[in-house]
Amino acid sequence: MSHAHSDATHAGHDDHGHHGHGDHAKYPFLAHHFDTPNQQFESGKLGMWVFLATEVLFFGALFVMYAIMRFKNPEVFSYASNYLDTILGGINTCVLILSSLTMAVGVRAAQTNKKGLLVACLSLTLAGALGFLVIKYFEYAHKFHLNLKWGMAFYQPVDAEDAELVKVEPKPVENPVLAISAPNPSAGAKADPIVPLPPADRTAIALPKAGPDGVATVALVEKAQEPAHFKPQNEDHLLDPVMPANTHKFFAIYYIMTGLHGIHVVIGVGVIGWLLVMAMRGAYSSDYFTPVDLVGLYWHVVDLVWIFLFPLFYLIH
Amino acid sequence: MASASHAAHSHGDEPQPLVGHLVPYSTLFATGLALLFLTVITVAARYIDLGEANIYLAIGIAVVKATLVSLFFMHLRWDRPFNLMVLVGSMLFVVLMMVFCMMDVGQYQPTINKGNPAKVQAYLDANAPYAPITKK
Repeated sequence: MSHAHSDATHAGHDDHGHHGHGDHAKYPFLAHHFDTPNQQFESGKLGMWVFLATEVLFFGALFVMYAIMRFKNPEVFSYASNYLDTILGGINTCVLILSSLTMAVGVRAAQTNKKGLLVACLSLTLAGALGFLVIKYFEYAHKFHLNLKWGMAFYQPVDAEDAELVKVEPKPVENPVLAISAPNPSAGAKADPIVPLPPADRTAIALPKAGPDGVATVALVEKAQEPAHFKPQNEDHLLDPVMPANTHKFFAIYYIMTGLHGIHVVIGVGVIGWLLVMAMRGAYSSDYFTPVDLVGLYWHVVDLVWIFLFPLFYLIH
Repeated sequence: MASASHAAHSHGDEPQPLVGHLVPYSTLFATGLALLFLTVITVAARYIDLGEANIYLAIGIAVVKATLVSLFFMHLRWDRPFNLMVLVGSMLFVVLMMVFCMMDVGQYQPTINKGNPAKVQAYLDANAPYAPITKK
């Protein structure tokens, strides 16, 4: 493809009306196995669409995972969504939409031989992609700082001070849970062991036990099985008395889906940067702009995926 | 719409692309504005309590936005219909997979053991307060 670029600009003066045997001489970018520029363009586009279909299926499988997890743990999604920054997420949505718009305008600029506008549009699109990644970095960094991670890391204290706050030495006599649920000869086994505990104590006891399926403490699971939706009451989730069991699952799927989307944005930065370099060299014209068009399609799909990710993670009521 | 789709041909001063379709600036900017507007709507809808309808509203707005992007930014409005078939086909298969998976999950939901028989749980409560399996 690249060998054709140097001559592509010269093809702009040709008469568009004839698509005969002379096309290969007339259009240096026309590969030998295509008859006409239109056939080449439409073939490339169809190939891109098939690739985009695989992208839809790729993300689609993750959306199915999301649906199942949310169906099984609705309270977790409702609760943990509050830890995501709606403002930053909303700004990122607008950044992606605007970069999608500049990409679409850039395609039109390439189609109409406006090199300056094309370079400007691609630069803006690239800036949007980088801006998205910078904002996403700040979001991730903030969550990592608070140990809002996947798996058991979610249940680790952030620092020594936090560890002191959430930790209670298990002294059997003084431990409230043990005291409550220890066998009481006079009451037999009928004493109800589920007594609300002071938040710090309950979370502290839950610490080593809360987490994966089945090892959450009774108190936490009882809370989780209530249909009510909670909002965080403490900035430190380990000290939050209303945190449902398995909250780490939300962050697992959050990082998987937004991370995979982020990887697509990084790839987008690469290909849009490549387009920008080629556009500055004058590789694209109203005759030959297929790479701009196809990268544009890819970039719009990246936008499309985010259009679904944003409400599903940030905007849970 | 015929005038919009062929508006480019009336601009004699602009070079015409050899292949593909030229989308007017007005269409592109109107689509961008509509997308930003729908983003504001969907953020606002988060703060309204519609119960179960909240998620359907959010997904509905996202579908409208996706339709706008694919029809106008991605030229599907003027493209060969086969490209649209490829996109819609892939989405239909995602929906198919989602429906069957959710049917399966829903079917097995009542059979999941969510707790112990009362006597077992009472024993666990008394002797093993940290026991992993919870009461019904």
